[in-house]
Amino acid sequence: MEKRFVYADNAATTSVSERVLEAMLPYMKEQFGNPSSIYMFGQNALRAIETAREKVAAALGCSPSEIYFTGCGSESDNWALKSIAERLSKVGKKHVITTVFEHHAILHTCQYLEKNGFEVTYLPVDEKGLITAEQVARAIREDTAIVSIMYANNEIGTIMPIAEIAEACHKKGVIFHTDAVQAVGNVPINVKEQGIDMLSLSGHKIHAQKGVGALYVRKGIPITNFIHGGAQERNRRAGTENVPAIVGLGEAITAACENIPAKIEKVTKMRNRLIDEILKIECTRLNGDREQRLCGNANISFLGVEGESLLLRLDHEGICASSGSACTSGSLDPSHVLLALGLPHEIAHGSLRLTISEETTDDDIDYIIEKIPGIIKRIRDMSPLWENVTKKQPQMQKLMRWVSPLKGE
Amino acid sequence: MLYSEKVMDHFANPRNVGEIPDADGVGEVGNAKCGDIMKMYIKVENNIITDVKFKTFGCGAAVATSSIATEMIKGKTVEEALKLTNKAVVQALEGLPPQKLHCSVLAEQAIKSAVSDYYKRQGIDPEPIVGPIGECEACHI
Repeated sequence: MEKRFVYADNAATTSVSERVLEAMLPYMKEQFGNPSSIYMFGQNALRAIETAREKVAAALGCSPSEIYFTGCGSESDNWALKSIAERLSKVGKKHVITTVFEHHAILHTCQYLEKNGFEVTYLPVDEKGLITAEQVARAIREDTAIVSIMYANNEIGTIMPIAEIAEACHKKGVIFHTDAVQAVGNVPINVKEQGIDMLSLSGHKIHAQKGVGALYVRKGIPITNFIHGGAQERNRRAGTENVPAIVGLGEAITAACENIPAKIEKVTKMRNRLIDEILKIECTRLNGDREQRLCGNANISFLGVEGESLLLRLDHEGICASSGSACTSGSLDPSHVLLALGLPHEIAHGSLRLTISEETTDDDIDYIIEKIPGIIKRIRDMSPLWENVTKKQPQMQKLMRWVSPLKGE
Repeated sequence: MLYSEKVMDHFANPRNVGEIPDADGVGEVGNAKCGDIMKMYIKVENNIITDVKFKTFGCGAAVATSSIATEMIKGKTVEEALKLTNKAVVQALEGLPPQKLHCSVLAEQAIKSAVSDYYKRQGIDPEPIVGPIGECEACHI
C-alpha cells in the first residue's frame, strides 16, 4: 500500500471533530463575553455553559447540578480524592483504596495523601488486568474514606466491574469514585444505575479540545472548594470559565454517547482484525483480557523487541502508536500497568498500544497489518535478546511461557 | 524529548549491524530490566580493529550510540578504542536527551567489554588495562 498517515493513538488524544469545532467557534469569536457579567452579552456565555452542563449530565444520567467543569481529567481525579480525604479525615477516616494500575493522576495523588498521614491500599490486578468487587469488599475498613477504581485502563483497555464495585462500597457506606477518562463514549454509562458517586472525565479523549474535563459529584457528597476566588462552578472552582472548551465538551460528549452500541460493533470488528493478524507473528501476546476490553484498544507485546524502537519505525511509516516501554516514559522502568499483570520486564518493554476510533478505516487497519511484520523482523534481526530466543538459550525459558511459540514448534 | 538528526540517521540506517562468527572479542552489556542490551563483536589484526559489528535490543538512542560507536573504533588500535568515552559518542551524535545519556555509557562499556574478551583470549589479564566494567549506573537509580 502507498504510504499513509494512520493515527492509532486515540487513548492519548483524539482529533477535535468538525461538529465540536463548529459549536465552539462562536464562543472564540463574537460571543466572547464573561459568563460572570450581568449584561446579556455575558449571560449568553453563561447560558452556553449551562447548556453544556445539561449535555454532560444527560450523557452520564445525572442532574446538571452534579457536574463541575475542570481543566482536565487529572484535575478531576485530584479534586475528588483530595476533597473527600480532607473532609472525611476530620471524622477519623484516613484510609483510601485504589488499584496498582491506575493512571498516575490517581497514583501520585494517593502518594501525596500517604505523605500526609493517609493509608492507601493498592489492590493487585490479575494476569488479565481485572479486579473483582470481592477484592474491594475485603479491603474496606471502618476508616475507609473513599474507593477510587478506574472504569477502564488506559494502557490495556480492560473494563472493571464498576456497578458491582459500587455496590460493595455502598454496603459498607464508602464513597466510590471512578476515573472514567478512557471509558466515556466507549461504554454505556449511567451513574445512577451503576451507583457511581464520583466520576472523572476528560474532553480531549472524546473529540473535544485539550484542557477541559469534568467531575461528576453525586448530590450530598461533601466536596471542598478546589480553587479559591470567584463564584464560578457554584463556588467550588474559581477562575473564569473556559467557555469555548466547555461548549465543545458538551457537544463532544453528546456525540460520543449518541450511539455507543453501533460504535462498539464497528470499532470492535476492526480492532479484532488488527489483533488477530498481529498475533500471527511468533512470540507475541495480547496484554489484557480479550473480552472485558475497550473496543478500540489493542495492546500487544513482541518478545525481543523494544517498544521505543518499534514506535520510531512505525512513525517512519506514518503510523502513530504508543508503548509501555521505559524509554517512552522518561524513566527506566517499563509501564507499571504491564508490570502489574506480572509481565517480565523484557516483555513489558516490548509492548505496543494501538488505539483506534470510529474515524479509523479498514484501509488504515490493512496498512498497519501490512507494515508491522517487516518492522518486527527488522528489529528482531538486530536484537541480542531475540538471538537468545532463536538459539533457545535456557534463560529464555521463563519468558517463553508468556508468549506464543516460535514458528515450527 | 527530541532526537537530533544524526541520532535519527543512525537509528534509521544503523551501520555495522550483525555478528562476526570468528570474532576475536565479544562483549555484552546492559540488561533487559532497563530495556537495553548491547552486544559487540570485534575482529583484531596486528592490534588494529579491522571489523566491528553489533546487535542491540533497546531504544532509538541505544541503537544510534551502538552504531556510531562501531564507526568510531573501526580501523583504530585497541588502545585507541579503549579511550572512546561516552562523551565523545554523545558529541558525535550531536547530543542526546538527558534521560538517554545512559545509552552512551552502555556503548562505551560494550567496547570495553569486547576488548576485555579479546585480551582474555590473548591470555592477557584485562583488568589492569581496561579497568572494571561496572553495570550502567543509570540502571540502579
